[in-house]
Amino acid sequence: MNDLIKKLVETPGPSGYEDKIRAAVQEEIQDFADDIRVDALGNLIARKGKKQAGGMRIMISSHIDEIGLMVTHVDANGFVRFIGIGGINPLTCLGGRVLFMNGTRGVIGMEKTDGKEIPTLDKLFIDVGANNQQDCPVGVGDVCGFERPFVVLGNKLVAKSMDDRIAAVVSIETMRALIESPHEVYFVFSVQEEVGLRGAITAAYGVDPDLGLAIDVTRSGDTPKTIKMETALGKGPAIKVRDASFIADPRVVSWMVNTAKQEDIPYQMEVLEAGGTDGRAIQLTRAGVPAGCLSIACRYIHSPSEMVDANDVKNAVKLLTALLSKEVLLA
Amino acid sequence: MEREKNKNTTTEISQGQIDLLAKLCNAMAVSGDEEEVRQIILEELKPLALDVKVDALGNVLVTRNGSAENKVRVMIAAHMDEIGFMLVNDEEGGLFEFVAIGGIDERQLVGKSVIVGKDHLPGVIGAKPIHLTTPEERKTALKLDQMRIDLGVDIGKKVKPGDRATFATKFAQIGPSIRAKALDDRLGVVNLLEIIKHAPENIDLLAAFTTQEEVGLRGAGVAAYHFDPQIGIALDSTPANDLPVWDAEEENTRYNTKLDHGPAIYLMDAATIADRRLVDWLVSSAEAEHIPWQYRQPNLGGTDAGAIHKVREGVPSVSVSVPQRYIHTAAGMIRLEDWANTLRLMQAALGRLTPKVLNR
Repeated sequence: MNDLIKKLVETPGPSGYEDKIRAAVQEEIQDFADDIRVDALGNLIARKGKKQAGGMRIMISSHIDEIGLMVTHVDANGFVRFIGIGGINPLTCLGGRVLFMNGTRGVIGMEKTDGKEIPTLDKLFIDVGANNQQDCPVGVGDVCGFERPFVVLGNKLVAKSMDDRIAAVVSIETMRALIESPHEVYFVFSVQEEVGLRGAITAAYGVDPDLGLAIDVTRSGDTPKTIKMETALGKGPAIKVRDASFIADPRVVSWMVNTAKQEDIPYQMEVLEAGGTDGRAIQLTRAGVPAGCLSIACRYIHSPSEMVDANDVKNAVKLLTALLSKEVLLA
Repeated sequence: MEREKNKNTTTEISQGQIDLLAKLCNAMAVSGDEEEVRQIILEELKPLALDVKVDALGNVLVTRNGSAENKVRVMIAAHMDEIGFMLVNDEEGGLFEFVAIGGIDERQLVGKSVIVGKDHLPGVIGAKPIHLTTPEERKTALKLDQMRIDLGVDIGKKVKPGDRATFATKFAQIGPSIRAKALDDRLGVVNLLEIIKHAPENIDLLAAFTTQEEVGLRGAGVAAYHFDPQIGIALDSTPANDLPVWDAEEENTRYNTKLDHGPAIYLMDAATIADRRLVDWLVSSAEAEHIPWQYRQPNLGGTDAGAIHKVREGVPSVSVSVPQRYIHTAAGMIRLEDWANTLRLMQAALGRLTPKVLNR
């Protein structure tokens, strides 16, 4: 599985610029899908199975975009100013390295400050090694993602864009593992989640599911002096009860908890005070859809070194496969 | 993109178009009550005998089908509404408490003449004169709740809470420039009317004159649902923050757009990541026809594209704006040349639009 993770996390794909990562995912799912299409916004939508007696049309959404940067200006000396795509923390930018979609690399520098204030993004710039505006290999509108190799630290896996490539891995591995199912499952690899769940909105409209689950990362409360939060790495996949944009359907939550218990799969409950996932977009589509979210606890979210636990990932695949293998009873 | 290029182009904006823009800018259509502008548009459309419909939210929806094969269904939106005010409380004696509708910097309001209600009754947002203010008071800007619209005793009896108001600025052409209120987005409206009149045959043109853009892109979403287009384009206006930087050591890195540099093609704002295929189509069209153009710096803000692209199964979308100084104030300023080049770009791009533009 680490080869697949490495491939996906090291493929760049900031929101709106998902062509490369979509191609990489498509290559991986080709053999497991009955039908694959790409919608108008670029969502990759793969169907597996046909609705049978007692089955449902189920949408599983994992987003393939990641946070990134877009060039706003190149100055006379060739320094590149930028704006964030998605939630960019200036502190995790400093000293960072970026890879543009055209292959150009750069490092992030900062204007002189008094050292007391947290810099805003307009105090930062990318240095691509250019001498002036004319020889700068990127221009206004060019897009880059952070560049950082995948590393394995014991049980822990670290990379940029674990949010949400690790969920794409869970979806792909579930497609592989899912043999028997009464359901028509649409695995959606959605775009533009980081800028407002935009891909999932149109994908959910197109799929028109009876039931939906987002797969995403969530914060963890298990590092020094961090937020108070129940979720921790290694305690199993997290079953979302709520976040700032979404209250999971309680029937969906029960179904997930009961399945985990029956199958003896470790799990933890997630109550997130901030954030939002594709689950919200699915829930609010058309006349409304029962929806939930399966999360992977993740440290250092939206930094170039997001960390998850390998066992959580494996157990998420197990749980999702179990959920999709049997008739769903929502009560 | 160079200033020099402009010298080779001539303005094609006719006096008739300028007069129409003047009429549109002088009309009042604060979000939620776009009737005045809607009537002007319907009047303009009448002789064309097209399929015209006014929907439940007040959008004017015009369909003009092309005759060629392999047509592309293109929705183009320009919003009819403008920022302004609404009276909320009659304090008698012609004084009214009011709120802002749409994005308005309240520091800009003191001392402005306004017009109120369907009859455009004259009023003023008054404040204590300099004689009576202390130097200390003059350091802080007045808040909206400290201001009133004053219509005088008699006129004050002819309006009521719920009535809308806007800036009283009259349209003026100043040499190569135009100064007016509500250029955002009456310029888009006038351009969309022109595009309808000269639509190429390779597209099904789905034109939407939208409502309530300034309060959250509300009209455009339902218009897009109705049209179900393959491509969405918003025609709008965007700030030009291109005034000189006084510190000669500094470079202006946050101009958004610049006057005289042509139509501004969007890459990203707070509501939309422009579809790159459409960005490239616009840029290559401009380059092929030697039309000056510029990127709008990726920035915050939003256009009708933000609503259009998320409708149904998704609509690849992009925006094109005329650069404007002092946008969302009592008086904006644009260049006729930028207006002409925006129209030129749209006509060049639409004329060469094929389904291939959407190939991935």
